[in-house]
Amino acid sequence: MSDTKGYMTALTIRLEDELFAVEASRVREILDLVPITEVPSARAFVGGLINVRGRVVPLADLRVMFGMERPAPDQDTRIVVMEVDIDGEPTIAGILADKVHDVTDIESASIEEAPKVGMRWRPEFVKGIGKRNGGFIIIPDMERIFETPGGRSASAAASEERPAA
Amino acid sequence: MNISDPSETFRQEARELLDQLEAGLLDLEQDPSNNDLINSTFRALHTIKGSGAMFGFTAVAEFVHEFETAFDRVRKGQSAANKALIGVALDAKDHIHLLIENPDAPIDGGASILSELRVIVEEGAIDEDGEPVHAAPVAVAAPVAPVVAEAPKPAENGAKVWRLTFYLPSDALIYGTNPELLLGELAGIGPTSVLALSDRVPTLDVIDPETSYLGWQVDITTSEDPTAAIDDVFLFLRDNMELTLAPLGGADTPVAVAEAVQAASDDAMPEAPFVPEPVAKVEEAPAAKAAAPKRKPAEKAEAEKPAATSLRVPAERLDELMDRVGELVIAQARLSQIATQSSDGALKTIAEELERLSSGLRDTTMGIRMVPIGSIFSRFRRLVHDLSNDLGKPIEFITTGEETELDKTMIERLADPLVHLIRNSVDHGLESAEKRIAAGKSPTGTVRLSAVYSGAEVAISVIDDGAGLNHDRIRAKAEENGLIAPDAKLTDQELNHLIFAPGFSTANEVTALSGRGVGMDVVKRTIDGLRGTIDVSTTPGKGSVFTLRLPLTLAIIDGMLVRVGNGRYTIPLAAVEECVELPEGIEANSKGRNFLDIRGALVPYLRLREVFGLKGEADAHQKVVIVSSGEGRVGLVVDQIIGNNQAVIKQLSKLHSGIKSFSGATILGDGEVALILDTAHLVASGQSYVDRNLGRAA
Repeated sequence: MSDTKGYMTALTIRLEDELFAVEASRVREILDLVPITEVPSARAFVGGLINVRGRVVPLADLRVMFGMERPAPDQDTRIVVMEVDIDGEPTIAGILADKVHDVTDIESASIEEAPKVGMRWRPEFVKGIGKRNGGFIIIPDMERIFETPGGRSASAAASEERPAA
Repeated sequence: MNISDPSETFRQEARELLDQLEAGLLDLEQDPSNNDLINSTFRALHTIKGSGAMFGFTAVAEFVHEFETAFDRVRKGQSAANKALIGVALDAKDHIHLLIENPDAPIDGGASILSELRVIVEEGAIDEDGEPVHAAPVAVAAPVAPVVAEAPKPAENGAKVWRLTFYLPSDALIYGTNPELLLGELAGIGPTSVLALSDRVPTLDVIDPETSYLGWQVDITTSEDPTAAIDDVFLFLRDNMELTLAPLGGADTPVAVAEAVQAASDDAMPEAPFVPEPVAKVEEAPAAKAAAPKRKPAEKAEAEKPAATSLRVPAERLDELMDRVGELVIAQARLSQIATQSSDGALKTIAEELERLSSGLRDTTMGIRMVPIGSIFSRFRRLVHDLSNDLGKPIEFITTGEETELDKTMIERLADPLVHLIRNSVDHGLESAEKRIAAGKSPTGTVRLSAVYSGAEVAISVIDDGAGLNHDRIRAKAEENGLIAPDAKLTDQELNHLIFAPGFSTANEVTALSGRGVGMDVVKRTIDGLRGTIDVSTTPGKGSVFTLRLPLTLAIIDGMLVRVGNGRYTIPLAAVEECVELPEGIEANSKGRNFLDIRGALVPYLRLREVFGLKGEADAHQKVVIVSSGEGRVGLVVDQIIGNNQAVIKQLSKLHSGIKSFSGATILGDGEVALILDTAHLVASGQSYVDRNLGRAA
């Protein structure tokens, strides 16, 4: 987030029916759905591998961490290839998006801290909530999502969270 | 590493020369009268001195000069290469190493090493019976063979005049040669009279001021054969210059050679074409002529030859090349896949052609990266030598299979684990001489380091004939450290493997040698990281064998592609022993135990479907791929065997590195990703299954 500029340039994506914003500067490319190789006994959050121009890249599904439904991909499904820091090491990873919208500037002033209560997802995964056109945009905390030790057994965590959602 | 930095080039070369020097000294300890060894050792020293001075490593050059002077007595047969001398010489070698690595730091100890060296050389002097110095090698039967035997003997004992005529290489001035200094050095050999030869100087209109046209005729008065000394002077010029030397008024045979006796880079320095070593060559030439006729054509081949035989390339470029080849192999696999589905004959032809080419390129590229493992074996000889001295245990160290080649990165990463294993064998494995005698063994312990190819793997073993692993002590230690339950039933193999557990150390007696921070668990981890395995076997009282099994390369493997459920997986082909059909109805007969009868041997099998937790029905006719790792075997039940493929190994990211069943991933011909099974891990889990079940059955 660039406070100096007064706004954050973000790529907005849709997961289920919520808008999420990821920092545009981290995004490498956006791919149509490619064949996904399942990794047995990996946690559901990073259960797949994809081939990005000859590189084997892990594919993450944020919907697992936010306890959302995971419907089968459709023609709007995209993979956003981006750089995330995992334990301090920059790593290329893909994230699944139900739909990719656009690149937009979100006013820093409009970004609020995630409320501790009243959210249906875990507040530590949300860095802030921005507003645009009267709607909300969730800014996920990618580092924390990728690093969270709870996520290591996310298949269990996800199945616990799902009924609550 | 910046290859264009001349002092770095020197350092690299000096390191190689020092390794050679060390190897030579250690060999010499075994075989003190071997003249070739003495000469090659001397040559290494001499080259370090020469190039050290050239690149401004003055401290190195000065020290080596003194070292060389002392060692020269050995070369001339005036002093024996005894154990004490080798010991100090090794210290001196270490000192040179320090000087080279830290050219600016003040390093003490050089003077004391040198004075020690001088004392030993004096003590070890061989009685010469009053023979004149130059004749000594001829007269003294041992230990030095008559190298300079064919040098012309002066007719009388007095001084003699030698006529030296030389023309410098035409580019000598461009490369900074100063003829005045050369003449000065010549004057150091004996009284000289110098005549400049201007016969080749062209007319003024075509003269190039940077070219050297002059020749010199130098008459040197000396009582000794000046050949070697003159060679020293022209050490770095000899390749391209003209030089004749003949005694005046004596026998008219020219001693040294017109044109360079350019003996190619044959014996001493196959990898260091940069500095030719003409020094001892001249001396060797007469003796070696009969034995090595191959040198004759070399005289014509001139200076280009050594440059063409080997080439220094930065390691990163090789890595880059390997990456590119990896990508090419993937692209080619895609093309092949498209071609098989197409009916276009021309496309099929070119796809096949490309397949052949790319697999050739792959092999060549991997070949470039292959380095004989002997390059690290030599440093272990020094290690054992030092350990033997420090611990007071006489040790014979035997290496075999030095020529076995492994991927360069693999060899680099193997050095530390091997150091530790050898240290462990010497320190903990071998008993003291007294104990050995009491046990009825030879007081000299033996440590063997061997490397052999076994399939697509290399097996490296460290074998000692010591006391063997003490199972009782391992068990006690493991219980103490909470690694196993006090009443746990363990096989010998499992007990042996406990020493690799983190936090395990039988160091009841912490010696000066243990505790360099590298434990056996680090050895294990390093070997795992190289996709290798480690086996231990031990016979109480007879010794232990540690065997490392490593794949030849880390980059590309041949794989067998299988399908389990909807997923495709690659099994390293080197690990595959055979494939069989899973007998139908085996469940009913096995009473819940998963064993296959493979020609009388019980082999456990794992259903990958269950291991991976896949849903859905298994195929009707399941196949079993029997894989082995070390001693163990396990059957992997798959739905379908698809075929062979070349797998370019891609490491898994941190997100997946915790999953033990897979050692990496690869990209298939159709662009999809397939996981590579970690057979060592699967075999281990299959094996523990056997142990559990058979243990219960027994």
